[in-house]
Amino acid sequence: MTVYLLRRLLQALLVMLAMSLIVFVGVYAIGDPVEILISPDADQMERERAIKALGLDLPLWQQYLTFLFRAVQGDLGRSFVFNEPALQLILQKMPATLELAVGATFMAVLIGLPLGLYAGLKPDSAGSKAIMAGSILGFSLPTFWVGLMLIMVFAVQLGWLPSTGRGETAQFLGLRWSFLTRDGIAHLIMPAVNLSLFKISLVVRLTRSGVRETMLMDYVKFARAKGLSPRRVTYVHVFKNILIPVVTVVGLELGSTIAFSVVTESIFAWPGMGKLIIDSINVLDRPVIVAYLMIIVMMFIVINLAVDLLYSTLDPRVRLEGKS
Amino acid sequence: MSDITADTVPVVALVVKDETPFRRFVSEFFASKIATSGLIVFTIIAVLAILAPWITPQNPYDLAQLDIMDGRLEPGSVGGSGMTHWLGTDDQGRDMLSGIIYGLRISLTVGIGSAFIASLVGASLGLLAAYGGGRTDSLIMRLVDLQLSFPTILAALMILAFLGKGVGNVVIALVIVEWAYYARTVRGSALVERRREYIEAAQCLALPTRRILFRHLLPNCLPPLIVVGTIQVARAIALEATLSFLGLGVPITEPSLGLLIANGYEYMLSGKYWISFYPGIALLVTIVSINLMGDHLRDVLNPRLKK
Amino acid sequence: MSVATLEVRNLQTHFFTRAGVVKAVDGVSFTVGRGKVLGLVGESGSGKTVTGFSIIGLVDEPGRVVGGEILFHGQNLARLSEEEMRQLRGNRIAMIFQDPMMTLNPVLRIDTQMIETVLAHTKVSHEEARQRCRDTLGMVGIPSPEERLKSYPHQFSGGMRQRVAIAIALLHRPELIIADEPTTALDVTIQGQILAEVQKLAINTGTSLIWITHDLSVVAGLADDIAVMYAGRVVEDGPVSEVLDKPLHPYTHGLIGSVPSRNKRGEPLRQIPGMTPSLLKLPPGCAFRSRCDRATAECAAPIELMELTLGRHARCIHPHMEAVAA
Ligand SMILES: Nc1ncnc2c1ncn2[C@@H]1O[C@H](COP(=O)(O)OP(=O)(O)OP(=O)(O)O)[C@@H](O)[C@H]1O
Ligand code: SF4
Ligand SMILES: [Mg+2]
Repeated sequence: MTVYLLRRLLQALLVMLAMSLIVFVGVYAIGDPVEILISPDADQMERERAIKALGLDLPLWQQYLTFLFRAVQGDLGRSFVFNEPALQLILQKMPATLELAVGATFMAVLIGLPLGLYAGLKPDSAGSKAIMAGSILGFSLPTFWVGLMLIMVFAVQLGWLPSTGRGETAQFLGLRWSFLTRDGIAHLIMPAVNLSLFKISLVVRLTRSGVRETMLMDYVKFARAKGLSPRRVTYVHVFKNILIPVVTVVGLELGSTIAFSVVTESIFAWPGMGKLIIDSINVLDRPVIVAYLMIIVMMFIVINLAVDLLYSTLDPRVRLEGKS
Repeated sequence: MSDITADTVPVVALVVKDETPFRRFVSEFFASKIATSGLIVFTIIAVLAILAPWITPQNPYDLAQLDIMDGRLEPGSVGGSGMTHWLGTDDQGRDMLSGIIYGLRISLTVGIGSAFIASLVGASLGLLAAYGGGRTDSLIMRLVDLQLSFPTILAALMILAFLGKGVGNVVIALVIVEWAYYARTVRGSALVERRREYIEAAQCLALPTRRILFRHLLPNCLPPLIVVGTIQVARAIALEATLSFLGLGVPITEPSLGLLIANGYEYMLSGKYWISFYPGIALLVTIVSINLMGDHLRDVLNPRLKK
Repeated sequence: MSVATLEVRNLQTHFFTRAGVVKAVDGVSFTVGRGKVLGLVGESGSGKTVTGFSIIGLVDEPGRVVGGEILFHGQNLARLSEEEMRQLRGNRIAMIFQDPMMTLNPVLRIDTQMIETVLAHTKVSHEEARQRCRDTLGMVGIPSPEERLKSYPHQFSGGMRQRVAIAIALLHRPELIIADEPTTALDVTIQGQILAEVQKLAINTGTSLIWITHDLSVVAGLADDIAVMYAGRVVEDGPVSEVLDKPLHPYTHGLIGSVPSRNKRGEPLRQIPGMTPSLLKLPPGCAFRSRCDRATAECAAPIELMELTLGRHARCIHPHMEAVAA
């Protein structure tokens, strides 16, 4: 197990290194680093000084090492706009995004799993056909447009839900969260629904095809031959088997959910990393963009590792292989 | 039924000659009513987009035809020039229906164009990986893995952040985020096909590599490639719309559906829904029609669901 | 006169597929007495498994039992409700499947899969149920059952898994066990061990067995009676020694001739020419007609299973009577 973990960490390190190289090449080699890293408002003197300070007059490989060295120390540059360390800026916004993404993921599982189960168990019923049609719609609906329509219906016309911001937050584990207050939850609902729509479809389809394939397995028939009740067959024998792929995929999708929150956050003015990055791109606050990229990659690695561990605790077959 | 449909698609049939898997693929496609209706709807949309300059009531980019006094008219109202705006007008008095049809043109061009280029790039690299094997293979596949592990929207955002706006840049970004899907698919099926006898036979005849690749391997990788291509066109259109909505895609002079929707955003809060609503519906219908085809195509090709 | 454990009369199970009606089982009759072993043989696709599933009421869509009677202690199972059937299954009638690698759920521990079977039919404490599972595992020859209970299926070999499946079938000391080729997937030595144990159990507990197999040598050593299936029908049945020694039906005759061990050395193996007919469009009359060396024009008319000598039936109008007469 330790060997496995070590190997995974080494892999993660390599991926980070590769990513840093890509980002470096993107910023320093393709773009003009002076333009990217130094505020456009700076005057000539400031520029010269900054070029020296950033070591932009050094050979490229040396620059890369410096970049890497600083990155390891947590220095990913300063935002031009906020004049704050980029890393700090992003970390401040991270809880809001995580809250949204995790909320959306839970919603996807809570809604998608029962629907998919039903569609898989009764594939020919009218309800299942409606669910499947709905899931195609869920895949096809552009997230941003759905967001707008949600605002139009529930905020503008019905006035039930607030359309922007996080609402009231409460302190937990030293961070501020919306889901702990009524007002916060009211603010969270629409963005979370919006972000989860695509994932619900994904979970529905995954569950449905999992159920259909599992139902054909001999062990399900054997379970019935043992005289188990249909409920036990479905909720223990079938369910436990499809849970593994569903949990794995949903976990892996958390990364892409965080990425897609860029869109949702912009629409609902949800003050998270996604909103920050779009704003930063629009004003070309490039240190923030670079820092965001590095952090996202890191999050991905952590998520993948966590999902792998989760998978191996869920599936006994993998668990054993890990030990031996 | 199957014979008729296979014969009514002479172009496709010509490319692969008498390859039965492909014929079966085509006839199974038309066996599904849903997939066929998807194709019909999509064809209508595509024809509308192509014919835009001749069928729209107004040229939405000709500023001379616009009257700011007609701005934000409700659907069905009659403008100053006596024209009925069935879907209303936007803030500059542009007829929404015309705007949408022109917008479709841009969305489809970008979506299909990028998918086409990406499929060329991806298929070539995939074939190269399958056929080259060894180090070429693992290098290309590492790149594919890297690309696929990164959410497309983010990758596209980053590329545009560095390249800047513009139709060309959007296409470049879409190609970069999409090629890997084609490469993986083509490599997968090419590896299977490669082992089949006819490749061996072709090799024995000492045919040039290029000929083996394009005359023998590619036609047999085509069905899975078409499935991926169909789904990717839908994804590309959605992604382009999203990027444009975020203000990073096409410029204001060439508004795609995504940008039209973005334009209506601020007016929606005051209840003027149509500026965002109808372009969204157009986008939705386009994407759904493509997905219906892709969805069925995937089922046709999935041997596990076959009985 | 006591009632037989199971009597199947003219069972018909059809699959209503898109391509047409597949008459997988179309006229199967046999009787299994208390504590007796019936060997159900026939080539692949002849409907043996479907017959087994029909008895325990687990025919999958698009299949349905469309005719006949399944009398279990005189009670027609085809008439029971799904819930009444469920109470019988795994309790009074158990089934063992063909492929031991596929019959146990890979993500559930053995104890879960066994205890749930106990609890599905009896109200006992969890601990009592566990005790019963432990005992039964010991009975089928699994060493250190307590530890094994905590394992997952993939930690077992194929033979061990089949023993677990057999143990599950035995948990409620059923009156009837349907064993669908339970040893075909195993290697020969393990096959032998399992056969011996099952036979012992049947004798000790008075359980009746339907042993489905391709393998005539297994039937010869194990079964009391035999029923031979062809294209969804029983074409011959009777006491195992008589049928194997003096087959009446030309198909049985051919089948026995094609078993290597039954042939004289040096003599070429006989083979039944031709292929099994498609069950989709089976013509009326004898289904074996196209492959039979005794076929005549009369064979095209529908033929019933007839009692030819005492306790022996065959579905043929030109049976090998000379063997019996001699
Ligand atoms: N779900 C189904 N749909 C359609 N036909 C089926 C289905 N299940 C079984 N059949 C048909 O029933 C026939 C009998 O199948 P069955 O499994 O009983 O054969 P078998 O005698 O057990 O063969 P084997 O020795 O290979 O196990 C087959 O020919 C098959 O075509
Ligand atoms: S009935 Fe006729 S065809 Fe059928 S087995 Fe007997 S002799 Fe052969
Ligand atoms: Mg069978």
